[in-house]
Amino acid sequence: MDKLIISPAPHIHGGDSVSKNMTGVIIALVPALLVGFYFFGLGALIVTLTAVVSCVLFEYLIQRFLLKGETTIMDGSAALTGLLLALNLPSNIPVWMIIAGSLVAIGIAKMTFGGLGNNPFNPALVGRVFMLISFPVEMTSWPRPVPFSTAYLDAETAATPLAMMKGHFGELPDTLNLFLGNMGGSMGEVSAIAILIGLAYLLYKKIISWHIPVSILATVFIFTAILNWIHPEAYASPVAHLFTGGLMLGAVFMATDYVTSPMNTRGMLVYGVGIGIITVLIRVFGAYPEGVSFAILIMNAFTPLINTYIKPKRFGEKRK
Amino acid sequence: MKTFSIGGIHPKENKFSAGKKIIEMTLPQQVVIPLAHYIGAPSEAIVKKGDLVKAGQLIGKANGFISANVHSSVSGKVNKIDVQLDASGYKRPSVFIDVEGDEWMENIDRSSTIIRECLLPKEEILKKIQNAGIVGLGGATFPAHVKLSPPSGKKANVLIINAVECEPYLTCDHQLMLEKGEEIIVGITIIMKVLDVKRAVIGIENNKPDAIAHLSKIASQYKGIEVVALKVQYPQGGEKQLIDAVIGRQVPSAALPIEVGAVVQNVGTTFAIYEAVQKNKPLFERVMTVTGKSAAQPSNYRVRIGTLLSEVVTLAGGVPEGTGKIIGGGPMMGRSLMNLNVPMAKGSAGILFMPNEESVRKPMKNCIRCTKCVTVCPMGLEPFLLMNQSERNMWPEMEKERVMDCIECGSCSYTCPSNRPLLDYIRYGKTTVGGIIRSRAVKK
Amino acid sequence: MNLILISLITLGLVGAISSIILFFTAQKFHVFEDTRINDVEEALPSANCGGCGFPGCRAFAEACVKAETMDGLNCPVGGAPTMENVANILGRTVVAAAPTVAVVRCGGTCDHRPRMNEYDGVQHCFIAHNLYSGETGCSFGCLGLGDCEVSCEFDAIKVNPVTKLPEVDEDKCTSCGACVKACPKLLIELRKKGPKSRRIYVSCRNEDRGPIAKKSCDVSCIACTKCEKVCPHEAITISNNLAFIQDDKCKLCRKCVEVCPTNAIVELNFPPRKTKTEEVAVEA
Repeated sequence: MDKLIISPAPHIHGGDSVSKNMTGVIIALVPALLVGFYFFGLGALIVTLTAVVSCVLFEYLIQRFLLKGETTIMDGSAALTGLLLALNLPSNIPVWMIIAGSLVAIGIAKMTFGGLGNNPFNPALVGRVFMLISFPVEMTSWPRPVPFSTAYLDAETAATPLAMMKGHFGELPDTLNLFLGNMGGSMGEVSAIAILIGLAYLLYKKIISWHIPVSILATVFIFTAILNWIHPEAYASPVAHLFTGGLMLGAVFMATDYVTSPMNTRGMLVYGVGIGIITVLIRVFGAYPEGVSFAILIMNAFTPLINTYIKPKRFGEKRK
Repeated sequence: MKTFSIGGIHPKENKFSAGKKIIEMTLPQQVVIPLAHYIGAPSEAIVKKGDLVKAGQLIGKANGFISANVHSSVSGKVNKIDVQLDASGYKRPSVFIDVEGDEWMENIDRSSTIIRECLLPKEEILKKIQNAGIVGLGGATFPAHVKLSPPSGKKANVLIINAVECEPYLTCDHQLMLEKGEEIIVGITIIMKVLDVKRAVIGIENNKPDAIAHLSKIASQYKGIEVVALKVQYPQGGEKQLIDAVIGRQVPSAALPIEVGAVVQNVGTTFAIYEAVQKNKPLFERVMTVTGKSAAQPSNYRVRIGTLLSEVVTLAGGVPEGTGKIIGGGPMMGRSLMNLNVPMAKGSAGILFMPNEESVRKPMKNCIRCTKCVTVCPMGLEPFLLMNQSERNMWPEMEKERVMDCIECGSCSYTCPSNRPLLDYIRYGKTTVGGIIRSRAVKK
Repeated sequence: MNLILISLITLGLVGAISSIILFFTAQKFHVFEDTRINDVEEALPSANCGGCGFPGCRAFAEACVKAETMDGLNCPVGGAPTMENVANILGRTVVAAAPTVAVVRCGGTCDHRPRMNEYDGVQHCFIAHNLYSGETGCSFGCLGLGDCEVSCEFDAIKVNPVTKLPEVDEDKCTSCGACVKACPKLLIELRKKGPKSRRIYVSCRNEDRGPIAKKSCDVSCIACTKCEKVCPHEAITISNNLAFIQDDKCKLCRKCVEVCPTNAIVELNFPPRKTKTEEVAVEA
């Protein structure tokens, strides 16, 4: 008989892997992706492909030629970053800007810290915010939804609901259209229902827990409800806030990023409340119409502090 | 359905040997009985080369309070007192006995009639349990008479019987309950008398409905004993988790179950106590499961203590082709064996054959901070953090993070998507921090 | 022009005032420290390895200055020359400690000590040791996973991939003791380097009885006591089935090496012996 193998217990493994989780999130994004393709057509396709391919390529090149080591593109995290970045962009943004954003997202926000697991900030959001600050005009002109449009760079743009709420002009689409996604915005953020289907899938597969999305959305809802109740003319309804802008996409897919969110459920609730408050503050009182990206990045910075001081419920903590 | 409050996983149960009647193993030609195969001080040999012994005869005397007697499991002649490898590769003093016939000590009642009444006072019962060398058969092998003598000032108010068998593959307790149900219930009444408690609860996992029904029926005829079905979740059979699930009390950190008024005994130990008190039979044999995906005949065997595992395996059909690992115990907490020349001891509950494909670990990756290890830890610890601290030798910080609370169940390593060896580093941390705590106590 | 002049004067004044304030502050809050500590620290090798028993070269310098004599103070990295320098600075004398070197007391290569199982856990000695006795039949021998190599800051000890035993480079070894602490089996010892770097030691730590030890490793010590009996200097003691050579009594006569039946006793850096035929020729 061959030599027996000796290793410490446990001798079985549940079979979970990094790629299974990343693939699960990508599958959960498919509804949002399809809605994006439907409403924004060719532009959406080009932006998505460019972002995904350039993110994967940059990770491969950096790992193999700069760091001279093994590559991890097969675990799916680079592709996921590319997909999330694409879903945050307007569908008429030029290719070279997307590539610049991917380079920042993967090269600076992820690889410089040591690759997957070591980055303090969400890479897709860092890429997006970099692009927003570097290309403010292109990043704030959002195409109108035109089903199966074949326009790309020349897509017709219009004001998004968030811009309308910020500048106090125009008429918001009715609630059903807000829910389904028939409005201007980035490809991934428009359809609330697509994102909710994705959330259901993620919860079913136990890829994320409910704590972060629910705490973010509940905080935004309550905060905006209070503001709306005090002064309905100045502040939009909580439902409008929930379904517009990148809030749902951010709450379900960006804030729940494993690496940058807290490590236990109590900490996650604090984190979610923080994101909710900062989002509403920026949206209502700040200079930008959208606050989710900044709110998440700010709370990412607090995650290590939350991890240090907020500990999980210990067995035997409370005496019955 | 009742279960413990924090964490837990559900590995595939793979109970291939469920329902297989216990096979009485044929006697080997030689047994090697280790003098120290339980928690506590090793026993002292009181026989020497050439002595004739009978099954049930005392061959090793307990040495101290936390120690246990060791009895011969066979009749024959003592060949030598020498060292023999144990499961971790170290040599331990053991008694080698050449088997001749199967004579038992005269006072042992070998009949199978169930004796329901026990009229002895509790001190005498405790003495009988101590003399019989009973230790916990759930795997921890803690001397039973010590557990059943709570320190002064502390009183138990409930007895909990651990019939959970949450480890995948193992079925020895399950089969014992089906075949010796009433004996177990009588054993419970005896323990209740020793502890002076009016209430006993038997916790059984829900994947053994036949055992639940069988024991419920018998228990209904006795006062104060109830059977509770528990959710199939690992580690339901962990002492602290079981107490939490059954009576809703959580044992505080670094405390014993007696702090919340509970005493837990494994169902196999309970049966051994019945045999010791009612039949004068010391502990010298036990049921074990031989199983595995590729095992020829997964089944349950009653084996004499000291039988080399190689003999048990031969009887069970030999080592299957393509076996990469042989595990003594269950797959979550058992030891991988170096070879089969290890004697079967009081804590051996099973032999598990793992095929080659499942025996090698996958390479480890970076921690992706997915929090799954925190979610599944039944003690509410943060395994990823403990591993990081252990790698950096941060012992005071680990003590603050309650590394000593870890019950080494393995749920964290089982779940980690990056295949990180969490429990290996945590165990190393526990050993080192435990040493520091002990040396601190000595200095005082 | 005016602007440049004003900027120059303003910044110049700010600089001057700051320097004056700093000068007086430095004078007022000056920490009086024995200047000799700096001198001693400069004489030290700055390896900060902890081999002296102090946390870093500065702490060792402080200890030297504070101490009354040089007893018990030794920098193994710098050795005798460094300690003489330090003693000169402090106006004391120092007795040079004999230089020591790390010695790995296990000869169980893959050829001599067959591997019986395959370890698949974390590849660190301390974790393997926490689990079981090792891949071979000898539960005292080297695990070969290289904790000693990782602990060495001077690149002086490396695990040979063929024999799976660590090998010490005596030119690089500074006797700091890091590998001694790192080995969970306590196999590494700091022994006297010896004249011309020659030393003799028992390369085994096996405490099992002779026949059992021999079964797991060809070159194990079987405690046959031949070495103890032949040693003319009473340098060898046998306890727990294991021989041990005390390096302060050993005079390097090599009689024990010749007589050891399992070749467990190792001699390092000696010239090759004359063979029997050569000796006969000389006698004749």
